[in-house]
Amino acid sequence: MSVQPPARPRSRERARAGTAVGVDHVRGGWRMVGRYVVLVAVALLVLFPIYTTLVASLKPGSKVLDHPLLPGNFTLQVFRDAWTEGRLGRYLWNSTVVAVLVTVAQIATSLMSAYAFAFLRFPLKSFWFVVFLGTLLVPLEATLVVNRRTIDSLGWLNSYQGLAVPFFATAFGTFLMRQVFLQIPKELREAGQMDGLGHWGFMREVAIPLVRPTLGALALFSFLTSWNQYLWPNLITTEEKMNTVQTGLRLLNSSVPDIERFNVPIAGTVIAALPIALVLIVFQRQLVRGLTAGAVKG
Amino acid sequence: MSGRSLGRRGREWMLALVMLGPSAVILGVFVLYPLGRAVWLGHQRCDAQAKNCATKSWSEYTDVFQSREFQHSLWVTVKFALLTVPIGIALGIGLAVLADRHLRGIGFFRTVFSSTVATSVAVASLMWLFLLQPSRGVLANVGWLQDLFPVIKSPGLLHDPGTALSGVALSSIWANLGFTFIIVTAGLQSIPRELHESAYVDGAGGWRRFTNVTIPMLGPTLVFASVVLTSRAFQTFGEIDLLTAGGPTPQDSTSTMTYLIYGRTSPIKSDAGLQSAVAVLLFIVLLVLSLLQLRGIEKRVHYGS
Repeated sequence: MSVQPPARPRSRERARAGTAVGVDHVRGGWRMVGRYVVLVAVALLVLFPIYTTLVASLKPGSKVLDHPLLPGNFTLQVFRDAWTEGRLGRYLWNSTVVAVLVTVAQIATSLMSAYAFAFLRFPLKSFWFVVFLGTLLVPLEATLVVNRRTIDSLGWLNSYQGLAVPFFATAFGTFLMRQVFLQIPKELREAGQMDGLGHWGFMREVAIPLVRPTLGALALFSFLTSWNQYLWPNLITTEEKMNTVQTGLRLLNSSVPDIERFNVPIAGTVIAALPIALVLIVFQRQLVRGLTAGAVKG
Repeated sequence: MSGRSLGRRGREWMLALVMLGPSAVILGVFVLYPLGRAVWLGHQRCDAQAKNCATKSWSEYTDVFQSREFQHSLWVTVKFALLTVPIGIALGIGLAVLADRHLRGIGFFRTVFSSTVATSVAVASLMWLFLLQPSRGVLANVGWLQDLFPVIKSPGLLHDPGTALSGVALSSIWANLGFTFIIVTAGLQSIPRELHESAYVDGAGGWRRFTNVTIPMLGPTLVFASVVLTSRAFQTFGEIDLLTAGGPTPQDSTSTMTYLIYGRTSPIKSDAGLQSAVAVLLFIVLLVLSLLQLRGIEKRVHYGS
């Protein structure tokens, strides 16, 4: 997940090497060594919780507290136990289904509503835009009491629909995509009309290819937000098999009282964290773009 | 001629309706309707299924606002925000400034510093639970640490009414560190190099350049980060649910507003009316807060070129 500066121009990089780093060299190499010492020390502090979690999950439970900070007595048995007893395969699958549904739906609804706000003329347009933006001010927590009842009356408790459908649209996505649609030159739309492209055709052939980077950032952001949901699945899931990986972790943590194997939930936490770590390593550029675009709904 | 253009405009309305429809339905049914419904339910008292609700007067809202439970949860939430937001931002700036150098291998350190964005609430909270548990926790079994901070061993950071909220804050600050680091790093990279250079030529030392160039130019970034972190702090639920369950009782030292609404051990969890009232008050508090912060943006922030 490194933050490679995506938009830094080459010339500035050269300027930087020529001035600031040059100054550093004058001050001497010891300063450089000092920098690395500080960087390594801070990195170890940041990684400390992850490190101890890994160390604790790779030992038998009875050995964890002997030397809690040092690896030893290597075993993968705890991971096997966590996988089978925690039913993590099932929960990871549930989380994936819900997050993919939400992502695809949010992309579709955001693209369409953003296109309407950017390219179409219709009555009360600015009023509707303010209504859309207004939904951003409503915290999720203020709506879920009623949403639980709505989902209940639809018979959608313990279902993928219940977990996913309330999040099928996002004003944040609409706003973000409208911003980039507005940057498309008017001449392109006019040229498209000359070629006989209707609005759907223009959206598919011209507009969407032009905004693909932002679309990627929105997709990743939607996926992560959905994957990390904790309160909502807790509210509408009562059947064990419909847990997502987040609520499943809570279940696993509260269900292993055995002192000899108290690190089974620790290994479960590692398993639950791995897929997102991989996703973020692959899509780090989209992540930085998505977060810096104004991820207010986090 | 005019007839044809009217026809085209009519088709555009229809198209707008089709394109806005799906978003409008979802946002209407799952954001606006529940908010309105919650405002209505907030002045009622209901049984567990919210099937039988008795209408009371609108003064129920002031009663709820003045109740001991709500005042307590509001205070806990404010304390939590005051604990997490300033420290989180300061640490984010520290990490970003530290990594904003052209050194060999700096990409690796940037990866490490942003790594906590990969942890969900459940993952981060459980990691810290394993660290902070009093008997089987990692920190409680490190000798010199428990000599230094005996509270870690007994009764445990999360079990002592005086320190429980700080324990939760620790987990939350760590989990948000990657986000703050990424935001501040992007902000640092948008500061024109020339500003630092001219300050350097004028004889400003490292610290002077940091306080007189870096911090003012980071203004918009820092406001954005603090708006996001504050709203996250006010909506914290998972950390509380997993680390302390609103306890330790009887003080309920970590019972935040969201925990008061949704918590497993919350005294109002079976009254949809009371839950709605608190939810509406949470909405109002957050609204006031974001308006204040937006005014702060207009007044203080220096927008760079």
